[in-house]
Formats: sequence, C-alpha cells, structure tokens
Amino acid sequence: MSKLLTVSPSPHVHSSDSTQKIMYRVIYAMIPALIWSVFMFGIDALRVTLIAVAACVAFEYLIQKYLMKVTPSVTDGSAIITGILLAFNVPSNLPWWIILIGAMAAMGIGKLSFGGLGSNIFNPALVGRVFLLLSFPVQMTSWPGIKMAAVDAVSTATPLALIKESVKNGVPIAKIEGLPGLGDLAIGMNAGSLGEVSALLLVLGGIYMIWKKVITWHIPVSILATVLVFSGIFWGINPEMYVNPAFHIMTGGLMLGAIFMATDMVTSPMNPKAQIIYGIGIGLITISIRMFGAYPEGISFAILIMNAVTPLLNYYIKPKRFGGQ
Amino acid sequence: MSITVVYTIVTLAVIGATAAVILYFVAQKFKVVEDPRIDDVEGSLPGANCGGCGFAGCRAFAEACVKASDLGDLNCPVGGNDTMGQVATILGLEAVAKDPRVAFIRCNGTCDHRPKTSQFDGATTCAIASSVYSGESDCQFGCLGYGDCYDACEFDAIDLRAGMGVPLILDDKCVACGACVDACPKDLIELRKRMPKDRKVVVACRNMDKGGVAKKACSVACIGCSKCFKECKFDAITIENNLAFIDSDKCKLCRKCAPVCPTNAIIELNFPPRKVKPEVEVETNS
Amino acid sequence: MLKTFKIGGVHPPENKLSKDRKIEVLSIPSAVFIPVAQHIGAPSTPVVKKGDKVKVGQVIAQSSSFVSTNIHSSVSGTVKKVDFSADSSGYPKQGIFIDVEGDEWMEDIDRSETLVKDISVDGAEIVKKIQECGIVGLGGATFPTHVKLVPPKGMKAEVLLINGVECEPYLTSDHRLMLEKADEILVGIQLLMKAMNVDKAVIGIENNKPDAIQLLSEKCKTVAGVSVVALKVQYPQGGEKQLINAVTGHEVPSGALPIAVGAVVSNVGTAFAVYEAIQKNKPLFERVVTVTGKGVSKPSNFLVRVGTATSELVEAAGGLPENTGKIISGGPMMGRAISSLDIPVTKGTSGILLMKEEESKREEIIACIRCSRCVSVCPMGLEPYLLMTLGEKQIYDRAESERVMDCIECGSCSYTCPSNRPLLDYIRFGKGKVGQIIRSRKK
Repeated sequence: MSKLLTVSPSPHVHSSDSTQKIMYRVIYAMIPALIWSVFMFGIDALRVTLIAVAACVAFEYLIQKYLMKVTPSVTDGSAIITGILLAFNVPSNLPWWIILIGAMAAMGIGKLSFGGLGSNIFNPALVGRVFLLLSFPVQMTSWPGIKMAAVDAVSTATPLALIKESVKNGVPIAKIEGLPGLGDLAIGMNAGSLGEVSALLLVLGGIYMIWKKVITWHIPVSILATVLVFSGIFWGINPEMYVNPAFHIMTGGLMLGAIFMATDMVTSPMNPKAQIIYGIGIGLITISIRMFGAYPEGISFAILIMNAVTPLLNYYIKPKRFGGQ
Repeated sequence: MSITVVYTIVTLAVIGATAAVILYFVAQKFKVVEDPRIDDVEGSLPGANCGGCGFAGCRAFAEACVKASDLGDLNCPVGGNDTMGQVATILGLEAVAKDPRVAFIRCNGTCDHRPKTSQFDGATTCAIASSVYSGESDCQFGCLGYGDCYDACEFDAIDLRAGMGVPLILDDKCVACGACVDACPKDLIELRKRMPKDRKVVVACRNMDKGGVAKKACSVACIGCSKCFKECKFDAITIENNLAFIDSDKCKLCRKCAPVCPTNAIIELNFPPRKVKPEVEVETNS
Repeated sequence: MLKTFKIGGVHPPENKLSKDRKIEVLSIPSAVFIPVAQHIGAPSTPVVKKGDKVKVGQVIAQSSSFVSTNIHSSVSGTVKKVDFSADSSGYPKQGIFIDVEGDEWMEDIDRSETLVKDISVDGAEIVKKIQECGIVGLGGATFPTHVKLVPPKGMKAEVLLINGVECEPYLTSDHRLMLEKADEILVGIQLLMKAMNVDKAVIGIENNKPDAIQLLSEKCKTVAGVSVVALKVQYPQGGEKQLINAVTGHEVPSGALPIAVGAVVSNVGTAFAVYEAIQKNKPLFERVVTVTGKGVSKPSNFLVRVGTATSELVEAAGGLPENTGKIISGGPMMGRAISSLDIPVTKGTSGILLMKEEESKREEIIACIRCSRCVSVCPMGLEPYLLMTLGEKQIYDRAESERVMDCIECGSCSYTCPSNRPLLDYIRFGKGKVGQIIRSRKK
C-alpha cells in the first residue's frame, strides 16, 4: 500500500446524482419552451434570456466574491435557472437595464441576502419578477405582438388582461374580441411573457423532470387540480362572468408557475403531504387574485405567499412515519 | 372629514384603553415574585453565559448564589475572585478565594511527532470521528484535531493551528470556563492552576498504553517510566496506567522532571531559556 | 407486483461480483485472535489462560448474562495470551490469542457431511443449546439468537421470517449459503420454528437471486409451513422492520421489537448455524465471508474460522490490490471501514470489501438544496435533513421528538444526497446523544 487507508463512517458508496446534475436537468427541461419563445417573439426573446442569465450569474459571482467574501458557487447552475426563469417571466421587448435590475433583485434580495443556495425563503426569479412588476408596471405589461399569429398580430394584452378589462366593463366572456382559442393557448399562439405562452411544451418539460426524478408530481398536479376545481365552480355558476377552467390553466403563466417555479426545491415543502397542501394553497390564491384582485394574473404572488408558508408546513406536516405515530 | 377624525381618535382610544386594562390584569395574574438580589448578582457577573460554573447561564448561577448559604461550592471561573467578591458583598456572605485556572491540552502529538496511519474522511468533528474509530494515528488517546474545543470556546482562546494536528490554548484569553473540557471526546483538556507568568510544567500526553506501544505511535508519548516520579520532591507526580501526571496544585515549577523525561513528554512553557549549567536551574523558579 | 417495504428505499448498484463463486474452505491460519465481545450485550469472560491447550469448539469465554453468548475456540492449539488488541473500531478490546497446532476438534462434534433431518429435541432444549453454542444473528447485528426466541411476557410469536434478502451491494455469503446448504437451512428453520412454537415460516429473498428462490421454493414443498417470498430489490430490505413490512405488511411500532407484531426475524446464516449446533453439536466458530471489490482479482466466498486476520482472507482472494483506498468490514452501506488488516474476522463479519482509491473518498460537501430526497428515501419516514441539523446544532430534545431513535442507520439518506452531505454522520451522533439522555432519564 502506497497510501494511507481511508476510514469514514458508513455508507461508503454514493449515488451518482449531484446537485449540479439536477440543476442542469431543470435547464434542459426549459429548453423547448425557450425555443418556442424565440420562434414566437423572434430574436428579442433570445436577447432577453441571454441578458437575464448573464446578469444573474454575474451578480451571484460578484456578490459572493466581493460582498459575502465566500467562494463563488456559480458553477452549480442555479443562477442559470434563475436567469432563464426571470426571462420567462418578462415580456420580450423589455429594455436591457430593467432586466439587469430584475436580475439584481432576484440574486441580491431574493437569494444571496438569505445566504445563497438553499437558504432563500422565496423563489429568486419570482422576487425579481414581482420587483419589476411593481417598479415598472407599464414596461412589464406591454407585450409585443407575436410574430407567428396570423389573426392577431397587433394584440398587446394577454388573454387574462383582456378578460379582466372586459368583465370590468360588463362585457360577457363570449363577446370579448381577440380572445385566443384553447388550441392556440395550448400550442402558445398568444401574447404574454416569454416562457408562459406554450402550455404543451411546459408540460413536456414537466414530464421530463418527473421522469428524471428532479421533481415529484405532487406540487404541479395539486395546483392544476385546485385551479380546475375552484375556477370550475365559478364557471358553473356564471359562465358569462367567469371564464372556463381550461382557459385558466393554460394562460397567465400558470403552467410555468406550477411546473417550474412552485416546484423550486429550495422554497417548496419537503414531504408529499405538505407539498399537496402547498399546491392547493397556490391554486386557491391564484384564482382568487385572478377573479377578485386588481391584477389579471396571480400565480407569482400566490407562489411567493406560499413560499412564506413553507417553513410552517415543514414544521407541522410530517411525512408518514414508519410504525405510526 | 372632521367626523372621520373624531371616529378615528375615539376608536383608537377605546382599543388602547381596552388593551391596557387587559395587559394590567394579565400582568397581575402572571406576576412572578423574584428575589431582587438575583438581578444584582447577575449584573455583577460577566454575562458570557458560558456555563463554566456548571449552571445553564449566568442567571441560573445568580439564582443558585442567592439560594446558597455559603459560596464555597460556587465559582464563576470567568470573573474569578473579583467577581465572586462582589457577589459575596451583595449577598452578605463570605467570599471564598479560589486559585485561577487555565486550560491545557495534554497532547503534543503534532504531525511531526505522531505519524498518521490512516486518514479520516467523514464529518469533521472530533465527536463523530471518535465514535467511528480511534483516530488517524496509532495513538488511541491523542488529539484528533478537528477542533470541537475550538467550536466550544466562547472566548476565542483556542488557536486551531490548522495543519499542526493539535490546537493550542491561548493562556491570556482562556478564562477556564471548562467548555472545551466537556467538548473533548478524548478527555485531553485539563484545568490547571494558573501560575505566575503562565508558566507550566506538564505531561503533554494521555497515552495509557504500555511504553513500547505508546512510543511506537508517537515520539513524544509518555511511556510511564517513572523517572520524573523519582525526581519530584513535592509529590506532585503520580504514575497510573503507564502514564505520569503532574498535579498543578502541588507542582512548584522546579523543572527537575522535564530533563529526565526520555521522550520529552514533559514540556515546560513560558520559562526563560535554561542556562547551560544544570545546578542553576533549581533556583530559577520556585 | 413483487412485494417490498412501503416507505422509502434506494437501489444502489448491486455489484455482486462473487455470486457464482462456490464457498471455499479457507486454510487454517497459524494464529488467531478471538475477541470476547462478538455480540451485542455483555462481553463474555475468558475462562482460559496463557499456556492452556484448547481444542476446536471448546468454550474459551463464558457468557456473563442473559444477553450474551459463549465464545468458542475456532482452532486447536495453545493459548498465547489473553490481552487487548484493536478491533474494527481501532480501540483495543479484550480477546484470546491462540497459536494453532493441528486441527483437533472436540470429540462430541459430528464432522460428517450427512444431513440429519430428524428433530429429536424439544423447544426448550433447542433454545438452551443455541445459547450454549454461542449463536448470534449472522446478518451483521450479532444479537444473541436465544434472546430473540424467548418472547417477553404477554407476547406471542406467530411467524418466523428468514432473512435471505442480502440487500447490501457486493455481499454474496448468504446467497451462496442458500444455494449450497439449502437442506441444512430448512432443517435449521424447522428447529427455530419448534423453539419458538410457531407453525409458519417465510423466507424472504430478493429477486436478484432467482436461483436461490427457485431452489428453496422447490425444497419448501416438502416442508410444512415454510414458504418462500420473492421480494423486489430494494435497500434496506434486510433491515428487520423493513423485511417484516415487506413480507407481512405489518409495521413494527416505534420503539417496539418485531415480536410486537408477532414476528421474529433470523438470517439464513443463523438458521444454518442453528442446524449445525443442534444436529451436529457444532458451536459457532466459523462463518461464510465474502471477500470482494472491484480491484480484487479473485472475488470469493470463504468459510472462515472466527479470529482469522483479515489479511489472510485478502491474500486468499488474490492479494491486496495496489490502489486499495479503503477496507470495509461488511457491506458498503452499513459496513465499517477498518484501518488495519490485522483485525480479525468475528461472528458478525459478513464480508470484506476492498474499495479502490478513487471510490473511497467522499465528494465535496455543498449546501443543502432542500430537494427532499432524503425524506423520500428514508425507510423509517423520518426527515434526515432536519435530524442532521438538529444533531449538528445539538438540539437533542427536538431530535428526540422528531424520532431520531427510530433511525436504523441504513445510510439511504447519505447515499442519495445530491449535495453529498454527511447526513448519517450527524444523525448517528445525535442518536447517540439522545440515547444517553433517555438512559440517564430512566435512572
């Protein structure tokens, strides 16, 4: 023996999984939706995404190195995810300096002020998004017309904003003009933020992540089911005033939120029971904001609110113990 | 407009008054009668909450002092005799002077003295390492070097000396609270009597193996040869389980034991350099 | 759908390199060191002294309490000394050094290979004989078998579960034993059933050993009350509570023994040892040990005398590979890393695993990303991430209420953690501390 024997406590083997691999799998899962957004909104979409990713990575590196004085951990891929998610949550014509501010809020306030990866309470990309939404409401809600849609090339409002406006003015749902059909919504033929438009591709990414065991089904399914049931009740009561549940599910970033943002490991609960409660909470709050709130859509706020509840869920909801209580 | 202001003021006033009444009754109901001297005693304590006195923090110690009929068994090692004098004055009791103490790690098995025979790769705390096995060297008694004592010390009195293998206690910062003594899973740390100028003569070893085994594991191990025992004129040295121990309360710092130790397990600290002639040594300190 | 336990579990690469290698009898070493504490419970008291002549199978250390067993000499020769030497923990433990001279067995041991099927003794005698012959659980826990067979007052065993799971990667000693000693194991099972006074026994075998499942199922047809259940490959199925859950569906309540749900679990190796003890009058002084590892030139299963130094086994398996970084006594999930090859084989040594340099180092630890995989793999339904933090921060009362004492130390959490966090290190530490607190409370 040339070298000393190593002694360590058991176990002596480790699975081949690593945090980095998990992060990169999330990135792969987002690529179809990203490609679609480039297809829909043109090269602007790519510009926004690249700026957001570069800014998030740069801010993480700089803050860790010069403010926190720790070894930067940008290689783990989490900053890239935050960057892509932030880009997915903004319109494609957003000026570059607003994106920078959003990235700074996401990384600085949302993530590193809590201590970095694993310690943040709120989803960083959503912190960035909401920060921008409140600071630059005009830029954040002026969506460019989509390049691909033959019918509605000049529309600048999202379907949900259209509905909100019309219902406020007393126009019944059926008479609203320019509302995309369900098929268009599924493929992504509608205006909106970068990543929220194509419901199908987002679901595809979600299935990939479940298959690769990056996420479990509990959170997305409980959110979607809650939205379906809750908005279904209102639709059943008055279809004139309330839009149908399928419409709710496929618009306003609900898919994006349910699959990619609510499932963020760091900020979601740690066991299936708590995850389902968390999902139901997000679904209820989202629909409540959409129907009764001032904003046309509410998944961002819903996730952030439930993020805050997560520690409490972890504390009170325990996994099923072997051998009962 | 003005009516709104009136409403607001009235509402707030009513809420405030109600809350005040509730608070008053609750405060009455749950009032705890406490000896006011506890606060006084606590005020005179250092407030480090180190637990060196054996109680859970300074307040618990203060309560114990107030209850006690004499202060013989109670001592705040951090504050020392001054603090205990103040406590005695507050309580009208007699202060019992105690010798100040200082912690010492009884292992000199640094990397150059004690060859590694394996390497540990697990959570780097001494407690976990010692529960897995005896340690990286062949000496099962020696310091593991992961610094549980360092983590336990509230006073920055331990230098981890990364790479050396054994931490060092900084005499000027150590307050002898004993936190490190409890933290060390190998029971290496001893609270010794603090001598003038922090001088000390110590057996820096806890190896209870037989001489040959001990010597093989570490070049500065005590082999229990009893040479120092024979040299000591003050009965300060005892030999038990192949290990010598110098009682700091009896040691007169004559330094006669150190030169006879065949393995240099006895170390002397903070003395001026020895003069060449051995006769002079005896008079240097006593 | 194959049966398995309901909560958690992982599936590490199996690496059963030695599964096709027949059990070889290892040549008797020139000297042995037999520790007196080879079981859970009080160490035995040596009854021989320096210079005594001993024979194979002679009692050399007597059990000192109920939860303890006798230790028998595994060789014949002269007692060199009764002294302390390092065991797998590195700390010196008392044991008996014997210099081997020839191979002279106690006269009453039946050394023939003939299968003795007829059971001529009653239950109480079986239990007594098991205790005398020093039989302990050979799966690794080394709990004295006779203690398990006597249920506490007011409890009744209903079923005997035989653990042929061998869920640890690499290890194959139980697998080989089932293939080569199936008849003897079945007689051993019947003896155990008689001792416990139950009429039902189930052998649980993981599906990665189809040959053993087939063979034993075939043989079971002629034995009343004994059946074989194929189980899905899932670690830690060999854990007592997990096996009961997999086979019967019952959950042993927190803090209770398996007997609380009417089950007693024994290893196949133990069943074989029981057969030898009762039918052949042979005490437990040898066992099957797997010697394996990716660098080992000849992964093997050896029948080894207790007290043989690890180095002899490694030598017989083709010598120590040049790039060995770690030596593990037991399997890679729960085994113990040892720091020297002088450490002897004991009753609980199921394998010697040599790991290459590159396999033996842990990866860099990074921050917990709260992915909750540790929670989902924990077979006890605990929250390892939380227990680790509580252990690290020494918050023992909370750790107790979060049921740290339920942890079976299977290592699934550390195995699966993508951030390479040493979860089990801290949980085990916390568990130890909480255990101390509970014991001091009882006093």
